Amino acid sequence: MSTSGVGKDGMHGERPGREAQVGKGPQRRGRKRGRHRGEKAMVPDAEFTSYYGRPILNPPVWKASDVAAYFFLGGLAGAGSVLAAGAHRTGRPVAARALKISSLAALGGSTAALIHDLGRPERFVNMLRVMKPTSPMSMGSWLLVAYGPAVGAAAVLDVTGLFPRLGGAATAGAAALGPSVCTYTAVLAADTAVPAWHEAHRELPFVFAASAVAAASGMALVTAPPRETGPMRTAAALGAALELAAAKILEHRAGLAAEPYKKGKAGRFVRAGEILSVAGAAGGVLLGGRGRAAAALSGAALLAGSACTRFGVFHAGTQSARDPRYTVIPQRERLRAAAG
Amino acid sequence: MGGLVGRNLLAGPEPDVAADAGHPDPPPRMGFFTDTSVCIGCKACEVACKEWNAVPEDGLEFTGMSYDNTQGLGADTWRHVAFIEQNKPMGHAETGAGDGGATDLRWLMASDVCKHCTHAACLDVCPTGSLFRTEFGTVVVQEDICNGCGYCIPACPYGVIDQRKGDGRAWKCTLCYDRIGAGMEPACAKACPTDSIQYGPLDELRERAALRVDQLHDLGVDDARLYGHDPDDGVGGDGAFFLLLDEPEVYGLPPDPVVTTRDLPSMWRHAGMAAAAMLGGLAAVFAVHGRAGGGR
Ligand code: SF4
Ligand code: SF4
Repeated sequence: MSTSGVGKDGMHGERPGREAQVGKGPQRRGRKRGRHRGEKAMVPDAEFTSYYGRPILNPPVWKASDVAAYFFLGGLAGAGSVLAAGAHRTGRPVAARALKISSLAALGGSTAALIHDLGRPERFVNMLRVMKPTSPMSMGSWLLVAYGPAVGAAAVLDVTGLFPRLGGAATAGAAALGPSVCTYTAVLAADTAVPAWHEAHRELPFVFAASAVAAASGMALVTAPPRETGPMRTAAALGAALELAAAKILEHRAGLAAEPYKKGKAGRFVRAGEILSVAGAAGGVLLGGRGRAAAALSGAALLAGSACTRFGVFHAGTQSARDPRYTVIPQRERLRAAAG
Repeated sequence: MGGLVGRNLLAGPEPDVAADAGHPDPPPRMGFFTDTSVCIGCKACEVACKEWNAVPEDGLEFTGMSYDNTQGLGADTWRHVAFIEQNKPMGHAETGAGDGGATDLRWLMASDVCKHCTHAACLDVCPTGSLFRTEFGTVVVQEDICNGCGYCIPACPYGVIDQRKGDGRAWKCTLCYDRIGAGMEPACAKACPTDSIQYGPLDELRERAALRVDQLHDLGVDDARLYGHDPDDGVGGDGAFFLLLDEPEVYGLPPDPVVTTRDLPSMWRHAGMAAAAMLGGLAAVFAVHGRAGGGR
């Protein structure tokens, strides 16, 4: 509509609105226009404002049943590989085999969940089109490319009894990569504008690592005889304790962004996760060495607790993205602090 | 990765975005300056964008949010005009209502769009390389590559990009990559009757915007301020920046956005520490317990 235009040579023609005297009015008595020059009327509002209460961010479109499950299963697989290698080397063959199989199954499940969550699942291979250090999802995909064959070989060679040397090497390889498989998903969540995830970027990897150890220990308690699960019971206790500690530090450090972890659906999942993890770890340590049934029950509680924690973290993120307060207030405070 | 920060590739001012992205000898960085003080809320930009880019219809809803039934940016809304009704004076303007003096009533309108950030979180986190930096310094999705992983969506600090329902891929403003490549201005800027949306080389737009703010302050519109113009801000400055008449959050914009990848080195460091702690801790547990049969 404007009479001007822009060409390869640049802009030409007069633009009508640019100099519009918006806000011009007659001079009022006793007020000099010059007074306003450079005057700052931008005293920040004390109270919170938003655009009709609408979120600033576009909340994640990820489905909890896919992505929270992917976090959980990835942790179960990764920590399971470390425990499997430990069991393998210390003469605990039943636990080692069970954990190798569960890691392979969990990895399969987590990959399936990830692919299922894509808007274009048939284009999954595009994940391997580039290798991008700035994208945790790209790095994670490549990590899984290295980890998958190791986990697969460890499980298959153990079950078939073929090439024990190679099986040992695969077991060790999976154990070396396993911890990163557990923690990179925390970076994946934290590397977003979602307040509850981003503000927790220091603590979230520890929460995920600890929760993964608790889950894999639980799996060992469910699947292996008590005479082999001594280390796993200790690991479960350590995992549950560290998970609680990391969550407490998170609550303390993340400020307002930690609030969603205590509210609504996220709050219920987080609380259930805490109760189940503590109960499972306590049951494992006190009773897990005595009877198979008590051990299995404790293990199941540990697994469920870890899953609840991941769903809690997931929902805390989406809740914080949906409420503009979590985006605006910390940013306002930051600006105010910077202004002195 | 600490070295990358020093070289301004993850955060901070970055004067040559296109060159740093690998374009040899790029044209000047192009962008938008949206001067909301002259926006009349006609939504011509919304319509022009939809028409030119063949963006599908995404529902007709009555929201009760002043004249805004569009609601916000998303996969199928690449320009969004916000409407805010306020009991505040607009400089010394008189509407003829009330006692004839300046009235405490104003209607703010502002056309929002993708900011084409200097440090674009959407681009940083995209695992497929679908999002890329053009020779004009803008940020564009390649729809033939996007696999709909959805990572870019929560990464954007402004809530711009989103997944298209039934399509699965992520969509957003391309700054009319096809038009500007042919030397034309983007559809929204072309259609804007008041020149609220101005397209051009970013350097030039920044100069013009600074003059405009001074002019408005002279007229008594003290609350005029620029938003997204500063290369020192959390995203290294926006390719599409604004002149606003109130705080950014009043328009649904974040007051101090920061590109999430600024903290990525710290995230990887903490993840590495957690992974090492896990490996070491479990090794210690097995060492303490010893071989099965011995000990416990
Ligand atoms: S505003 Fe959002 S979608 Fe646009 S370039 Fe920046 S991060 Fe990407
Ligand atoms: S949804 Fe598409 S554009 Fe967005 S990060 Fe994933 S692959 Fe990239």
